[in-house]
Amino acid sequence: MQRRNLMKLAAASGGAALAGPALAACTTTSGGSADGELALWSQAAGSPAEVEVTEAIIKDFNGSQDTYKASFEPFPQEVYNDTVNAAALSGDLPDLLTVDGPNVPNWAWAGHLQPLDLSTELTDKFLPTVLGKFQGELYAVGHWEAACSIFARQSVLDAADVRVPTMESPWTREEFDDALQRVVADGAYQWAIDFSTADTGEWFPYAYSPFLQSFGGDLINRDTYLSAEGALNGPEALAWGQWFQGLFTSGLANVESPVGAEDFMQGKAAMAFHGNWGALAAMDLYDDMLFLPPPDFGNGPKIGGGSWQWAVTSTADTAGATSWLETAFSDEYVAEFCNQTGQIPATDAAAELTEHYGTDGDLRMLVDYSKAYAVLRPETPAYTVIASVFSQYAGNIVHGGDVQEALDAAVAEIDADIESNSGYGF
Amino acid sequence: MTVLAGFFLFPIVFMVVASLKNDHQIFADMNSFKAFLPTGDLSLANYAAVFDRVPFWRFLGNTLFVTAMVTGFGLVVNSMCGYALARMRWKGRGLVFGLIIATLILPFDTTIVPLVYLVANLPWVGFNGLTPVLELGWLNTYRVQIIPFIVNAFSIFLFAQYFKSLPKGLEEAAAIDGAGWLRTYWRIIVPLSKPVFATVAILTVVTSPATWNAYLWPLMTVQSEELRPVMVGVQYFFQLDTAWGEVMAYMTMITLPMVIVFLVFQRAFIQSIASAGMKD
Repeated sequence: MQRRNLMKLAAASGGAALAGPALAACTTTSGGSADGELALWSQAAGSPAEVEVTEAIIKDFNGSQDTYKASFEPFPQEVYNDTVNAAALSGDLPDLLTVDGPNVPNWAWAGHLQPLDLSTELTDKFLPTVLGKFQGELYAVGHWEAACSIFARQSVLDAADVRVPTMESPWTREEFDDALQRVVADGAYQWAIDFSTADTGEWFPYAYSPFLQSFGGDLINRDTYLSAEGALNGPEALAWGQWFQGLFTSGLANVESPVGAEDFMQGKAAMAFHGNWGALAAMDLYDDMLFLPPPDFGNGPKIGGGSWQWAVTSTADTAGATSWLETAFSDEYVAEFCNQTGQIPATDAAAELTEHYGTDGDLRMLVDYSKAYAVLRPETPAYTVIASVFSQYAGNIVHGGDVQEALDAAVAEIDADIESNSGYGF
Repeated sequence: MTVLAGFFLFPIVFMVVASLKNDHQIFADMNSFKAFLPTGDLSLANYAAVFDRVPFWRFLGNTLFVTAMVTGFGLVVNSMCGYALARMRWKGRGLVFGLIIATLILPFDTTIVPLVYLVANLPWVGFNGLTPVLELGWLNTYRVQIIPFIVNAFSIFLFAQYFKSLPKGLEEAAAIDGAGWLRTYWRIIVPLSKPVFATVAILTVVTSPATWNAYLWPLMTVQSEELRPVMVGVQYFFQLDTAWGEVMAYMTMITLPMVIVFLVFQRAFIQSIASAGMKD
């Protein structure tokens, strides 16, 4: 009844009084269509540098041809997915939008996106982990990649007599465990390593599941994408969970470590497992920073791959959207994004144009880690649920819960979700 | 009681103090009482940075505009509705009143998805020059932030209950003098009902999902940055590296207007909460 009343009100009285401001604001930037207007959305609100580069691309694109006119609307990252889903619900998606790499399969499966019509000549130059695919089709391409590594200091490792690992010879599990013990042996640090466990969202699967994969487990059986049984609760996964939990129960890592490797930055932790986005701040703070490869727990060192990428929506003007992407994916723009944001360039040519990631750059190793170690999160629409479930039960493990019980419960929830969605198309 | 009041002030003191520190200092002070003290290197840098990251004045203007519209129109519409339910005799009045009250049991969050779908498909008459044009969809406008929240069941209930307490003799005297319902409402009822108008105005500003604290609804229905309210702006600071000092500065800036309003209308606030029988 309340809603009926307000609709009558809108039609009968409120509308006229409100028409001025409402209609003045009616210029919408959304709604994909073949009208020559290209609406772009991204998660970059609050990141002035990223917004600036995107607007520069749009300005160049609009100035380079007369057929299409692109416009841009940035959204806050924390609420971006909800906004896009609401827009999809109401049929108001833009032509192009950014999508976090692991969400590409879900949005493609949901019908939000259409496959990209880009030449392989263009896409082949990009890192494989910035290409968002679902069931063999390319749906998204990213300007940059992100990479985690072990943040450490040369002086701290030297004082603890710990070998500095290399890509050729990364730490084994035994070496890593020994290094953790050594760096806190003299009591100078409260914690051996900072895992930023207070981070929520997708940090847990992004940062911690590569350790699981290095142990030989995984978030799901990638042969079928229909079950996590055995992958997430098998002997390898159990070994990972017990090892990971042991770091916290033995006091080597802080159960409640703040977001952004703050324990490391505050000098409370000797090392940190953190992303490249924190590298420049760490280098400003410490003049002997090292960004080390992750340990090899038996199946090679692993890190998470896939960051924000551009995709074309299902309602878009395909030709116009493709034209914009072809402009936007020049090496110069890739480099400009990375120079402004500190992210890892997605092409080799762009890397050479950046300050930190060129062949002799001080963060070059992060490009190499991406190439050598990055593992995509499972390319299935179920990933959104997998991520949520893994975060919950990995949290239980960190806080001392029974490892096998936690993993079995996670598998049960993931499998139930996949079954209730008829396999998500697999 | 003073100790308890001080305890409740801690979060606000922390917010203001942290807004003057850099992130490194905030975390360094976190585990001690220093978190509540203006110690270390203090500056207004976080406040300056807020303006680089967020179009603050635009967001504040939007919130003020939407809040004024929802509150202003809400007072008129809901009081008239309450008056019709409390003092006019018409068939089905009890049923209508019951249905309106029944809507209170539905949390807003549970209806938001169908509401988004509804407003996305509502028609509107716009103008192309002087020519009326029928448009479809209310998304991405001010009206989608205002009109759905003008009618409020709880406001209607408060008005109706208050109007029932007014002596009928006043209306009967007005009727003898030839006044109709509208004139009676406007000339007799409204001047006698300032307390309930103040109560409803305050509760609308403080508790409505469309006014000062509007977050979820504009998040889902407004795509243009030009139309966003202040609360959505909070999320601008949560990028890969959260700028906590800037978050605290922004929160201080958007809390300050409400603190000022509270201090100015303190007595009315307390009365409104007491008369509404609710705590938030």
